[in-house]
Amino acid sequence: MSEQPLFKVTIDNITIEVPAGTTVLNAARKIGGDVAPPAMCYYSKLQGSGGKCRTCLVEVSKGSDKDPRPMPKLVASCRTNVMDGMEVKNITSTKVIDTRASIVEFLLINHPLDCPVCDQAGECHLQDLSYEHGKEGTRYEFQRRTFKKQAIGPYIQLHMTRCILCYRCVFVADQLTNKREHGILDRGDHSEIATFIEKSLENDFIGNVIDVCPVGALTDKTFRFKNRVWFLKPLDAHRDCPTCSGKVTLWNRGDEVFRVTARKDEWGEVESLADGKPAWICNSCRFEKKKTSDWVIEGPRIISRQSVISQGHYAGKIGTHTPAETFSAVHGGRQPKLLMDIHAVSEVNQTDIELSLLERPAHSTDFHSEKD
Amino acid sequence: MQALTNRAKEVSRKPMTLLEKLYLPAIAKGMLITFSHIFKKQPTVSYPEQKRPFSPVFRGLHVLNRDEEGRERCTACGLCAVACPAEAITMEAAERLPGEENLYREEKYAAKYEINMLRCIFCGLCEEACPKDAIYLSETFAPANFTRKGFIYGKDALLIPDAKTDPEGYAKARGIGEPTTAD
Repeated sequence: MSEQPLFKVTIDNITIEVPAGTTVLNAARKIGGDVAPPAMCYYSKLQGSGGKCRTCLVEVSKGSDKDPRPMPKLVASCRTNVMDGMEVKNITSTKVIDTRASIVEFLLINHPLDCPVCDQAGECHLQDLSYEHGKEGTRYEFQRRTFKKQAIGPYIQLHMTRCILCYRCVFVADQLTNKREHGILDRGDHSEIATFIEKSLENDFIGNVIDVCPVGALTDKTFRFKNRVWFLKPLDAHRDCPTCSGKVTLWNRGDEVFRVTARKDEWGEVESLADGKPAWICNSCRFEKKKTSDWVIEGPRIISRQSVISQGHYAGKIGTHTPAETFSAVHGGRQPKLLMDIHAVSEVNQTDIELSLLERPAHSTDFHSEKD
Repeated sequence: MQALTNRAKEVSRKPMTLLEKLYLPAIAKGMLITFSHIFKKQPTVSYPEQKRPFSPVFRGLHVLNRDEEGRERCTACGLCAVACPAEAITMEAAERLPGEENLYREEKYAAKYEINMLRCIFCGLCEEACPKDAIYLSETFAPANFTRKGFIYGKDALLIPDAKTDPEGYAKARGIGEPTTAD
């Protein structure tokens, strides 16, 4: 660090000193908050990512101290390094806000907007982006691009119509696994994520493509349609895993583990371990350990208050302990004369159906009803 | 002390006069008021033979809607449940199997859908949250029941009958033919 000179950069009138070679996006993330531009394709833990989605465009109003001319066009902040004395405008520039709204419109041109069906809803970056930076309506009148459905293995569900071609999953396959078996076929408007010659992905870390996918294009098949993310309780947990760090977030309903994901930081990226390496998790942790007894639970995961995931979750120890029964204490030791067990009436969350242990989405055959 | 409003009246503590002590004139006055009501318009209706018209914005019992082809509209997106301030709605989703396309509109549907009518406050936020026009508050009441068990409404009670196969049930659930102030 001592050899690297520190560059002074001003982003939205906030000055920060960062080492040379830092990108504008990472400098803005150091400041944090609204100043950090949104990023759909850049992923700090994946080398070579970024520069594709254009959502992180910023205006450089002063190039550097030596050359104070502004840059002629908006630049992608994930691919532009800071210069000494650089002045950047992000949310203070109307040009940037205007362009970002257009970029959202472009990204949504072929997006099916099937959020009510999509499992990513609630933690989808495209949903957040269009909500915060987009416009309400669409001007697109043509048929949206569709693809033939393709199975890419037993654990991962690919919805090509939702893909925004950020290439993050391709980088994951390239950098985390020994052998890449999927990539992007065709060009331009026709390009699509596919496994080459229908090969299924069987690498041990390929499940991480689910975590890096900013939209619902790659989702967990073992969690598919089981529940909405905002009804589940995120819990930090770990286990002794021989292949990965074993530090994960469990998404529970009561004692049932519905989903296992890596722990994500405030930018939606996988957290770093103590040694600085990203905490990617292996497939067996993600897809096969669906029992609470497999895990050591550390405590509830802190989710941003702005997120829908924290809706209906109460502060305190909920999720890690069951509340004590207060009836007899209040009524001087008397037990209730009539007690309705909700499971005796309700057909939801029946005790004899373990949805979380199914390896596929639930079907009509998995449910039974006494009323029919 | 100065009164806040000028409507305050002093309580009269004067002793009653002879006429007032007799009570009979006051009784006759009261009887006269009672008999005069026989000739006035009745403010009550004899429910259930007669029914009062509902206002068009009345929020009654929920129905789960079907589309034009009779398929269930609900995709179990959970927005009604997250919008519900009383946490009355629960559901479980399932994937549509091949061959079930005539039953469910989208590839995901609510296999189980329940509203706890003991909790529901009929605020209508579920109706507003629904992106698929699947849940509506109809112009009917939740019927009374002797046990609390009867207030857990499942899909068998909520789902509107198919207009093609059961037009009578459909009309009843929609409240068609019932008087409203909209007419």
